[in-house]
Amino acid sequence: MRNRPGGCCGLYVHIPFCRTRCIYCDFYSTTGTGLEGAWLKALQQEILLYQADFGRVDSLYIGGGTPTVLGDGMLARLMETLHAHFRFAPDCEVTIEANPDDVTRARLGAMLGLGINRVSFGVQSFDDGELAFLGRRHAAEGARKALKAAIGAGFSNLGIDLMYGLPAQTRQRWLATLEEALFFKPTHLSCYQLTVEGETPLSRMIGRNEASLPGEEEERAFFLLTSRFLEAHGFIHYEVSNFAASRRFFCRHNQKYWTHVPYLGLGPAAHSFDGVQRWWNHRSLKRYVEALAMGGKPIAGRELLSDEQFELERLYLGLRTRRGVRLPDLPETALPLVEELRKARLVRVRGNRLYPSRRGYLVADSLPVLLSR
Amino acid sequence: MKQIRNFSIIAHIDHGKSTLADRLIQYAHLVDDRQFRDQILDNMDIERERGITIKSQTICLPYTSRNGVDFELNLIDTPGHVDFSYEVSRALASCEGVLLLVDASQGVEAQTLANLYAAMEHNLVIIPVINKIDLPSADIETVKHEIEHDLGLDPEEAVLCSAKEAIGIEDILEAIVARIPPPSGSMEKPLSALIFDARYDSFRGTIVTCRIFDGTVAPADTIRLMSTGAAYKVEEVGIFRLMREPRKELSAGMVGYLISGIKTVSDTRIGDTITLETNPVEKPLPGFKEVKPVVFSSIYPVASDDYQSLAEALEKYTLNDASLTYQKDSSAALGQGFRCGFLGLLHLEIVQERLEREFDQSIVMTMPSVQYRFYLTDGRVVTVDNPQYYPDPVTVQKSEEPYIRASILIPERYVGAVMKLCMERRGVNSHLSYPTPGRVEITFDMPLAEVVFDFYDKLKSITQGYGSFDYEITDYRESQLIKLDILVNGEKVDALSVIVHRERARERAVKICDRLEDEIPRHQFKIAIQGAIGGKIIARSTVSAFRKDVTAKCYGGDITRKRKLLEKQKKGKKRMKQVGSVMIPQSAFMAALRTSDEE
Repeated sequence: MRNRPGGCCGLYVHIPFCRTRCIYCDFYSTTGTGLEGAWLKALQQEILLYQADFGRVDSLYIGGGTPTVLGDGMLARLMETLHAHFRFAPDCEVTIEANPDDVTRARLGAMLGLGINRVSFGVQSFDDGELAFLGRRHAAEGARKALKAAIGAGFSNLGIDLMYGLPAQTRQRWLATLEEALFFKPTHLSCYQLTVEGETPLSRMIGRNEASLPGEEEERAFFLLTSRFLEAHGFIHYEVSNFAASRRFFCRHNQKYWTHVPYLGLGPAAHSFDGVQRWWNHRSLKRYVEALAMGGKPIAGRELLSDEQFELERLYLGLRTRRGVRLPDLPETALPLVEELRKARLVRVRGNRLYPSRRGYLVADSLPVLLSR
Repeated sequence: MKQIRNFSIIAHIDHGKSTLADRLIQYAHLVDDRQFRDQILDNMDIERERGITIKSQTICLPYTSRNGVDFELNLIDTPGHVDFSYEVSRALASCEGVLLLVDASQGVEAQTLANLYAAMEHNLVIIPVINKIDLPSADIETVKHEIEHDLGLDPEEAVLCSAKEAIGIEDILEAIVARIPPPSGSMEKPLSALIFDARYDSFRGTIVTCRIFDGTVAPADTIRLMSTGAAYKVEEVGIFRLMREPRKELSAGMVGYLISGIKTVSDTRIGDTITLETNPVEKPLPGFKEVKPVVFSSIYPVASDDYQSLAEALEKYTLNDASLTYQKDSSAALGQGFRCGFLGLLHLEIVQERLEREFDQSIVMTMPSVQYRFYLTDGRVVTVDNPQYYPDPVTVQKSEEPYIRASILIPERYVGAVMKLCMERRGVNSHLSYPTPGRVEITFDMPLAEVVFDFYDKLKSITQGYGSFDYEITDYRESQLIKLDILVNGEKVDALSVIVHRERARERAVKICDRLEDEIPRHQFKIAIQGAIGGKIIARSTVSAFRKDVTAKCYGGDITRKRKLLEKQKKGKKRMKQVGSVMIPQSAFMAALRTSDEE
């Protein structure tokens, strides 16, 4: 039972533009200007290639990049295009990633008017020093204003992205950021440990010994502190880095990635999955636009999942979430291990499902190797 | 027969034996220089890498002497390790002389001495050859002095050469024809031929290498192997050039090969005498010994599905190595496998490496053991070489283990250290003698179990390579034996169990636990490693848990990349054995087995 025909799918749109680049980020974006028109035109062509293959959409995620660098008009045209070609479920979750500096109460109101019902702010920190280190455009005050504006505009589903494990960050400072975030009553929190990605200014800084990240024990302490603190405040730690105020606010779209539900990714560098195949677009706006102008698909690579690969993904993706995996799906050799992991309180069993405990999340990347066939 | 010379080269490791053999072959122009592959005689990968000879090889070199006489020189290569000392002795028994190779800068070393004594026992003519005279560090005068004082040979008879630079090769060949006597023997007498090697050829079956002492043998003769009584019809005889070269017959004095429909190498016995069915010799040649394995260990496939493939590999392997014995075995921890018998620990390591490399097997080996004897209360006596079959302790009246007589040759200055080592290894009955000034021969009675694992390595390290070691098994002696079990997270790993002397149990347990602690990768949980006798824990160590490895983000673009990483790790897992909840890498079994303490 791989994919479920007839089920709803997800839609992702990659906005490949940023005013400035943050030091840690390796998502694809360009700081070039004046390219939005060409991008949207290409995107419209891309939609035509896929609209027939993907059914009803019950989640749309507009990510980037920085989606909020698009002007109101451009955003409206994007939404119009999507609605014109895809069937949206009435309760469709529509998320936009927002940079605090880019929004006003009026703009947020306009977004609501376009059907965007979930906003996820890249706040990262409420500490100006940390924000400056990360290369964020906004300061803490900007984040506060933006969050208030969103509440004022009427967003009832409000997400905040935060980062911990920054160089020299103390637990107190991290707790202060968390506490301040809670003040805005978010429905969703993503708390990411700062990670050094391949070719980023941060990786070069680390290479030159200009910055150093906390060690394994310290990272672990931050992780557990975050989880304990937020769960004490009623949040559900439903994925390694994600917390929701209630089950209703689990990010519907992101869950599709973890459960092999089909999703179509539009825009440069976007990844798609149709239940059997996965493919990804060119990581260059120029090549993306060119490929579509030639009438072709802007695909850089694709893979057909073998049963074994599918199983491994199901295992590892499942073990990153509170949903866990089905015990009967595990090979027999895994059973003594499950017992040991239970004794070590890294996993729990409920009914016929096995899922990681708080401490189990910490080793979620090696559990699948251990438990796999 | 007058124009035949049979000789061997003996040398310390690294003194240039293989290089000299190459030069001699090159001189004979059996192969053109462009095709010449260095160290032609050592043709197995492992031999090349370790620089030791495992299977001896033989080659017949044509040589025209300076005064114009044509000779056939049979170079008989010998294995170079104590595990194979019997094979060496049979090869030497086929010669009339040896080249004793000494490195011009290193001088006489211990192994040179041991080999020299072996050659002397066979009454061989010894030609000292000083090699590597081209090196800046060459000190010919000192080496000559050592040859006189340490070896008791005439230093003026030494031939100087550099095998690497091809200097003095002809002088060596002249010395061989002038000083080594031609073989004696009679073509008229009944056939008497010594088997000193046998190898398997997938087209021809077993190819026996032998030295003819008396008589002749030709195709269509019916031969008899005297130890087994088995008779075979000869298909082909010949001599070794670089390839086999068939001849009409082999006659007294010659060294060559014989093909006669013998299926596997294990149907032949090294040291056995071949004679003719119709006109047999009365008595076999002296010195034949049935070679029996002394070290036992089980081999298991890492993945239990590979059992059949391992069985096939072992079958093929033993076509060419009759000294490896094996039978089915099974273990709770490791599944189906084979119990194998080896000549010694080096032999075991060679078998392991060849199975992995040449036969592409992924294997785990258990702790090596010797054969113990248990006298039970019901009057039975059981022989046990596998800790799994260690009898119920309450039924054991008396236990015994095999003892050896070890003889160790060392320069005088190491006496203290070597005595200490031997005492630690439960050596008793020591004797010291001084065969030559400055050299000491120490003999000890020691349990075989104490030497099979790492004694030789240890001896070499404390004597800086000068210690030589030989042993023979003498008898069984009463000994307090117990079974030491190793538990990993409470689960007994039967493959790591070992029978040990009561007094050595704790030390052994601590070492194994430490080794495993180093080798077992950190898991998500703490792993307890314990050594136990019966229910009593006598040693323990812990592998701490790793505490965090999760990455923060896993969205659309991360899924494939992350899965690829996991796929790689899954592959690594294939080289591990799951015991209960713990993945034990193959290397851990090997490490636990190495009881030497290089720390």
